[in-house]
Amino acid sequence: MTASARTREAGLSVTRLDVKQATGSSLHRFQVGESLRLPVESAMSDCRRQWNREDELPVYLAGPISTGPNQRKSFGMFSSVEGAFESKTIDFDNYAVGRKGSRTPRSGSRERLLDTGEPVGKTPSEGREGSPSHPPGERDDGRPGVETRCSAGKEILTTQGLNSERLLIKGGRVVNDDQSLYADVYIEDGLIKYLQSMIIPLSFPHPYVIEANGRMVIPGGIDVDTCFMKPFLGTQPVDDFLQGTKAALAGGTTMIIDHVSPQPGDSLLEAFERWQEAADKKACCDYSLHVDIPQWNESVKDELELLVQEKGINSFQVYMAYKDLYQMSDSELYEAFSFLKQLGAVVLVHAENGDLIAQEQRKILGMGITGPEGHPLSRPEELEAEAVFRAITLGNRVNCPIYITKVMSKSAADTITQARRKGCLVFGEAITASLATDGSHYWSKNWAKAAAYVTSPPLSPDPTTPDHLHTLLACGDLQVVGSAHCTYSTSQKAIGKDDFTLIPEGTNGVEERMGFVWDKAVAMGKMDENQFVAVTSTNAAKIFNLYPRKGRIAVGSDADIVIWDPDSVKTISAKLQQSAGEYNIFEGLECRGGPALVLSQGQVVYEEGKLQVQQGTGRFIPRKHFPDLAYQRVKFRNQVKGKQGVIRGMYDGPVYDVVPTPKYITPSPSAKTSPTSHQPPPIRNLHQSNFSLSGAQIDDNMPRRSGHRIVAPPGGRSNITSLG
Amino acid sequence: MSERRCSPEDDCSSLLSRLGSDSPRPRMKYGGMFCSVEGAFENKTLNFESFSPQTQRRRAARTRSDSHDGGDAVRGSGPGGDRLIVKGGKIVNDDQSFYADVYIEDGTIKQMGENLIIPSGVRTVDAYGQLVIPGGIDANTNLQAPQKGLNPTDDFYQGTRAAVSGGTTTIMDHVLVEPGMSLLSAFDQWRDTAEQRACCDFSLHLDITRWHDGLYEELETLVKDKGVNSFLFFMAYKDKYQSSDSQLYEAFWVLRDLGAIAQVHAENGDIIDEEQKKLLCLGITGPEGHVLSHPEEVETEAVYRAVTIAKQANCPLYVTKVMSKSAADVIAKARKKGMVVYGEPITAGLATDGSHYWSKDWATAAAFVMSPPLNPDPSTPQYLTALLACGDLQVTSSAQASFSTAQKAVGKDDFTLIPEGTNGIEERMSVVWDRAVCTGKMDENEFVAVTSTNAAKLFNMYPRKGRIAVGSDADIVVWNPKETRTVSAKTHNLTVEVNILEGLEFRGVASVVISGGRVVLEDGKLNVTEGSGRFIPRKAFPDAVYKRIRARSKMAEARGVPRGNYDGPVHDVISMTKSVPPTPTSRGPPCPKTLTGSRNLHQSGFTLAGSQVDDHIPRRSTQRIVAPPGGRSNITSLS
Repeated sequence: MTASARTREAGLSVTRLDVKQATGSSLHRFQVGESLRLPVESAMSDCRRQWNREDELPVYLAGPISTGPNQRKSFGMFSSVEGAFESKTIDFDNYAVGRKGSRTPRSGSRERLLDTGEPVGKTPSEGREGSPSHPPGERDDGRPGVETRCSAGKEILTTQGLNSERLLIKGGRVVNDDQSLYADVYIEDGLIKYLQSMIIPLSFPHPYVIEANGRMVIPGGIDVDTCFMKPFLGTQPVDDFLQGTKAALAGGTTMIIDHVSPQPGDSLLEAFERWQEAADKKACCDYSLHVDIPQWNESVKDELELLVQEKGINSFQVYMAYKDLYQMSDSELYEAFSFLKQLGAVVLVHAENGDLIAQEQRKILGMGITGPEGHPLSRPEELEAEAVFRAITLGNRVNCPIYITKVMSKSAADTITQARRKGCLVFGEAITASLATDGSHYWSKNWAKAAAYVTSPPLSPDPTTPDHLHTLLACGDLQVVGSAHCTYSTSQKAIGKDDFTLIPEGTNGVEERMGFVWDKAVAMGKMDENQFVAVTSTNAAKIFNLYPRKGRIAVGSDADIVIWDPDSVKTISAKLQQSAGEYNIFEGLECRGGPALVLSQGQVVYEEGKLQVQQGTGRFIPRKHFPDLAYQRVKFRNQVKGKQGVIRGMYDGPVYDVVPTPKYITPSPSAKTSPTSHQPPPIRNLHQSNFSLSGAQIDDNMPRRSGHRIVAPPGGRSNITSLG
Repeated sequence: MSERRCSPEDDCSSLLSRLGSDSPRPRMKYGGMFCSVEGAFENKTLNFESFSPQTQRRRAARTRSDSHDGGDAVRGSGPGGDRLIVKGGKIVNDDQSFYADVYIEDGTIKQMGENLIIPSGVRTVDAYGQLVIPGGIDANTNLQAPQKGLNPTDDFYQGTRAAVSGGTTTIMDHVLVEPGMSLLSAFDQWRDTAEQRACCDFSLHLDITRWHDGLYEELETLVKDKGVNSFLFFMAYKDKYQSSDSQLYEAFWVLRDLGAIAQVHAENGDIIDEEQKKLLCLGITGPEGHVLSHPEEVETEAVYRAVTIAKQANCPLYVTKVMSKSAADVIAKARKKGMVVYGEPITAGLATDGSHYWSKDWATAAAFVMSPPLNPDPSTPQYLTALLACGDLQVTSSAQASFSTAQKAVGKDDFTLIPEGTNGIEERMSVVWDRAVCTGKMDENEFVAVTSTNAAKLFNMYPRKGRIAVGSDADIVVWNPKETRTVSAKTHNLTVEVNILEGLEFRGVASVVISGGRVVLEDGKLNVTEGSGRFIPRKAFPDAVYKRIRARSKMAEARGVPRGNYDGPVHDVISMTKSVPPTPTSRGPPCPKTLTGSRNLHQSGFTLAGSQVDDHIPRRSTQRIVAPPGGRSNITSLS
């Protein structure tokens, strides 16, 4: 440590000279704090290689310091072994800022960025993520391009301008999921470059210093469950990627993972590209995408493989509800789970028993109940718990990690708890709505209000549910907080005014998510600030393989940072919200805690109630398959769980003659009217089995799964590349 | 506040501790006096001579002739056979025990008490020092249900004969209705066969393998006219017997209206099917593949689902063959939440475990094949017994379905073809006595409850069966708790040549069995008459089950919220050119029915005002609904 400090001292003194040489530039306020950047400024891009090499060393050395000497002892499943981050999880390449982009696969949005006048001589892979990480001089050149992009009416932060690339957050308490420490955070080019207490004396003026004054500096929130483009009967949610991400940023969430929801029959790839295109144009914060699998068939498999291998998608949602539309039968789920496990993806499950819901809906409509109260009545808690149980059973049989989206009821949450206690690999996600309010509003006399709460699974009418879910979040039985943000206007909801089954499903929550977790869990003493960071950001990043790029304040991570004000009190109201929905289901609730300042990609986007965003600044963040958190255990269990037969002699006694009974080739009664129909298996000819028990084969204990290619990922960084 | 809340009942089943246990370890033995010597079975059980079909036939013929002698003997006893007094025994009912004599005339109990005034010349059965208990009721047997075209080796005659010898005087057999068959004709066929062959009273459950709405009339006839009040549905046997969740829900709904009990064979057929394919691919074809492809969780999951569906339909549920701890736990928990659900462990599950599937001897391993399989966890029997004792499980049955080794050998190269079923009809009472009463887990009254009274109550045969009371049927067992018996295929009364309980020793033996007022077992000798068994019809709406259901139907009525009409703007739904299903929740009928087209959302003729004449008629096929606020439940027969 002392060695590194000395190195830095040397660096500072050397670069101070450079500063003086460079004062002619527009960066007149620029001073020592930016020392390490300067060589790049003065020497032009032809020196970049060299700069990278020089730059790597001190930043790298800063790493161990940043994590502090008093690492908190690990608790729970999510904290890793002491010191594990430094050596394993964080790729050292990350520290070299200029090369960061090279580890992420390219995506469709690259072309757009390149059009904005990027200097030539960059490799394509650098181009995508390179834009925020340019040296400022180059950035200045690129600025006009950026401005044209923002001409869609978004104002540019005046204070931002040139200095926005370099920021120092001073005097804050950095809170990660494992520890809190007082440290200054120095941000450059959208990345965290330094993290240490008082690396820069106060006497040095800084281009843009944010005084945190002891407030908490936390990693920006990650909202893993949003639907900004989910079509329903041809209508789109009123919050699109622009409105939605604006709302997210206003609430302290700096990354969203949106659901791509293709309709049955649509190509997953096309849908994915459509979503990505829309998001690239509109999103104001980084985003990633889940892909929903609307139906299971052979053609889906190839697309899935492509999405995982080349598009950076590692999570797919399957539905156990929405009968005759999205619902999959248990057999299909089993196949889908097996296949996704091979690909190293996380399976998201919408867990409700669709068969029973369909029946209950019919019954309730038959009773003359057509209002929104029919929605919770037709989707009782048990159906959710049952499906969760079934999903876990399937996941356990396949040995595949399962992620339950939208845990809305106590019994479903308890099911997950119990399964985890038995060692099942299952993650549960609570959402803003279920954490902050309950389902009693479905019985509101005001139709519009009642309809606004319609979401699936429904909010539980039990008023103790939010408390219970918070408790489980605090103790780690539930891991992630999402928002399931999917807002429809009242007139869109009114499509179902005479039939509750037609009400578009979805509530708001992306903006209020972090606030309510703070208010109901941290402020109540249920969880501490570190766990708060874990459930709102870090766990999600780990499960979906964004860590440590997102979800942590560490050197080399993205500068998605929130200064959290635990004392601010805000009353939620549709009038004050960023979201375009005219109804807020949390209307009138008071919420302690909120972001004071939000940095996304190193830019201040929200400060003291003012939002300053640029449409289209959000980048698509690709995610690698085989996330360690989910798949390490799977790998070992695969080895342990091998099955072997018993070697016996041949049975040579008499065998009863079977008269083949043709009548049991009946059409399957178990086909759950799913789109892909199951063919009944042909009758096996009992007399033609040529299998012999005598003599074991060499490959007896290798599972043969026909036709599943496992292609090694390009530059496979993940520890597990295949389950073989 | 945020610490993990552990409930103790979950801790015992940790998956992690069992991760490796799927692979075959050498058979685990658990200590205690009943543990047999390793390998003892293998050569003892198998009587190779009996493999040849001829021997089998010879043996069957021999037993038949035996019985004819016995039958003559009974008939020869003349009028005295109809009048009996059981003297000096301790009467044990499910609620109390007391000393009394029992006088039997014309097949019913006429008097009870001490110093009875009885006609002279009455035959006396001496029960001094022994227990007089109601004859056992075996609620689950398959004495005629064919599997894969094979008929069980023990039919109604041999089966009931064995039942009687073990102290069971009433059996409830499953009528397996093959898909496409008429329920009524299957029932009639079963009843005819049983009336000709059975040696003790019997009743019938119906197994419905394919549910559709058209069955309603037949069900109604069966329930109202034929005396069947219980119907089994399969959640397993994919593409053959399996019912989907929707079908189950509809069926449960109908059964609830009719006042019948829904039984389920609870295993997730979809998963089993996939696992079977996988295992066969792995080259595992022996009987161990059966247990590997039917893991415990698959049973548990299905039980959970069945409970959920039954809760939704507010229908009483009876889970047949609870074979694993976790499945039993699910039932126990559901009962704690107040659901009307019953669980039935079986003889095999209470007496032995699934380690035998890994036996090197194919015939032994195959003999244990049944679904759900015996659990490889050797502590399962004790656990099930404990739950039985505390009332979380209610009924014991045998799930008797015996297939000869030659029949089982149909699946010698593919475990999925092995006919499923084990014996147990004869040993059932002894197993419960030995494992539960002798170990101090339950008392004699509970013993009577789980072997007889509970089943009688659930299936509405009480107090005719399941109780020693004046007016009840004279199905009485004099139970000798001191005697012991060692089970062996050589001495049992079934024709099957392998007994899965071979070599186990059980305390508690029926010394005298009276069925229908006649002594059928005495001094170890069976005197049964083929065809003496009567069909016991059972009424709908058994009190023990339906009292709660009825109250809940009235309580659990959902009501709408009366609101003014929403008169705000309504988003226009662009009718898309693509054929997108109309709603995400479009309710496709589970059975062949007319599909309702996409609704025109602007033409809803719905009005909240006014009730209609036909409000009480449940409409299953149409979607347009007109009904009143606060309308009555559509369960007319329950009110």
